[in-house]
Amino acid sequence: MELSDLPEGIDPAQMIALASSIGHNKACGVSYHAHGADWCELMLPYQANLASDAATGILASGPIFTLMDMATSISIWLAKGKFQSQATLDMRIDYLRPARPGNTIYGRGECYHMTRTVAFVRGQAHDGDPDKPIAHVAGTFFFTDS
Amino acid sequence: MTDELAPYAQTMGITEERDETGQLILAMPFRSRVRGRPGFVHGGALSGLLEMAAYRSLMEALGPQDSARIKPVNVTVSFMRGAGEQTTYAKATIERLGKRVANIESVAWQDDPTKPVAVAQLNVMLNR
Repeated sequence: MELSDLPEGIDPAQMIALASSIGHNKACGVSYHAHGADWCELMLPYQANLASDAATGILASGPIFTLMDMATSISIWLAKGKFQSQATLDMRIDYLRPARPGNTIYGRGECYHMTRTVAFVRGQAHDGDPDKPIAHVAGTFFFTDS
Repeated sequence: MTDELAPYAQTMGITEERDETGQLILAMPFRSRVRGRPGFVHGGALSGLLEMAAYRSLMEALGPQDSARIKPVNVTVSFMRGAGEQTTYAKATIERLGKRVANIESVAWQDDPTKPVAVAQLNVMLNR
């Protein structure tokens, strides 16, 4: 089963459970945390085998991109009220401070504007204290069947 | 600089090779752990591959004598084409290597290097 096979209506917890049962989301271990009308927050538990440097244990960009890509993707479907096929056009991550090795990372994505063909998203990640974000992201998605 | 690939790169099955000019190339075979939507490599895995290519190339440019610590400032990834169920390659160009800042561009492709699937722009601080 794929995301497009899910019944009408958006259930982020169910979407994440399905998306994280396979592929790269499974390898990164992304799981559901919370959501609202146009935002979704996901968790990335620490895994030493996803570090960019064995000596420091600091996470690579790949897992953070994966976390924020999924959180922002779901925020679009929440804002839209339904699932729609889409592809990431671009995503930028600003690293404000290094995540502390061992800490779970929380990534919150928000869809702040949408046109017929493009969705604009932003988000923040923190490693325990929401007032001290480790990263800011900004990105765009386009609807592949629009 | 260490010769061993980063834990993330090892987890994703990334290996290093050289083209005929000696340019460093990273290869990421298609397997379940890099899969995104059906039939395609995940954008997060592509971003990870692009970052690894950038850091490995930067470490090579710095050389073994340079103990500078690489501190990422930001990464911007543009996705041009869907990357299908096959090996993805990536290489990086150090656009500028200064005393404190390095600007790097990484490109990822599958069949044809002139048809990238994704490109990343990275700015990093060098702490000495």
